[in-house]
Amino acid sequence: MGPLVVNEIISENTNLLLAFIIGIGFGFVLESSGFSSSRKLAGVFYGYDTVVLKVFFTAAITAMLGMLFLSLFGWLNLDLVYVNPTYLTSAIIGGIVMGAGFIIGGFCPGTSFAGASIGKIDAMVFIGGLFIGVIIFSEGYPLWDGLYMAAFKGSPKLSESLGLSDGIAALLVILAAIGMFYVAEWAEKKFPREEY
Amino acid sequence: MEKEKKDRSRQYLNPYLGGVLLGLVLIAANFVAGRGLGASGAVKSVVVAANMVVAPAHVKNNAFYAETVKQHPNPLKNWLVFEMVGVLVGGFLSGSLWGRLKLKVEHSPKITSRKRLIMAGTGGILFGFGSQLGRGCTSGSALSGMAVLSLGGFITMAAIFGTAFALAYFFRKNWI
Repeated sequence: MGPLVVNEIISENTNLLLAFIIGIGFGFVLESSGFSSSRKLAGVFYGYDTVVLKVFFTAAITAMLGMLFLSLFGWLNLDLVYVNPTYLTSAIIGGIVMGAGFIIGGFCPGTSFAGASIGKIDAMVFIGGLFIGVIIFSEGYPLWDGLYMAAFKGSPKLSESLGLSDGIAALLVILAAIGMFYVAEWAEKKFPREEY
Repeated sequence: MEKEKKDRSRQYLNPYLGGVLLGLVLIAANFVAGRGLGASGAVKSVVVAANMVVAPAHVKNNAFYAETVKQHPNPLKNWLVFEMVGVLVGGFLSGSLWGRLKLKVEHSPKITSRKRLIMAGTGGILFGFGSQLGRGCTSGSALSGMAVLSLGGFITMAAIFGTAFALAYFFRKNWI
């Protein structure tokens, strides 16, 4: 059955309408979880508020498990679902640059839009920065296209690289997430802050 | 009354419930479109679309722009652009429900608004650059990638959070 647009069950235009509706759900959940506040987001790096870690990993394991079940029921063909390709060098260096952006700016792109939607001026300035950063990358592309294309590994799954089935890899990710939730709950008790 | 209002604006969803709901949104995206959520891709689409108006010849000459246009001849008619417009609407709805709609610069009392805005702009530039190099941001590469067990998704996630943790000490005065 799914993915609906790939199997031509819905048209391209319906897909865009649903993108808008899914985006509303995305923005609503981000904002109501507190992701519109940079001080809540940055809390995870100092232990006083670990909402980022909890929401992020709960979402990842929910989606991972949900899609494995949908595939098991024959409702979603996982072979037609996009798996992000792995370019080892740019994945690591890009991640490092993004991590620096996160601790300095206090947002990531999705959360900055949630912040801007409720009037956070710092989030709007962050979005302005995003545009500048994208333009710098695109205009200077010849300078880093070697880096960008280096160490291409295809689109491997974690399960394949560990030589495990999808289900066992998912179970390991879930166990790792539960371990992190324990650390997160402990950190919030250890480094509490009243007002921020 | 004023106090009650203030308290309500500080109420948030239980994070585990929020995570399950976000996971369901991510499943919906994959079920409908065969792809996950994203954010930085929409910024790129807008940049490319603006360039096509202002400097069409330049778009043809720049390999990065040309590749984007090859995949999306009309960069604004793009899944992520529609999704991110939705994010603005959804965030606004949630903010109005909880009484959080307010124009303000949020910052630690130890730093000025001006410093916070400079840091926000700098962080945005780094994140914008890094998201293009890493082929997606926290949403598109890390979260959506992990959900489909993409090895690259796990690597990018570890690099983003690992770096932010490693640098947290040096930027602590901005936050605590």
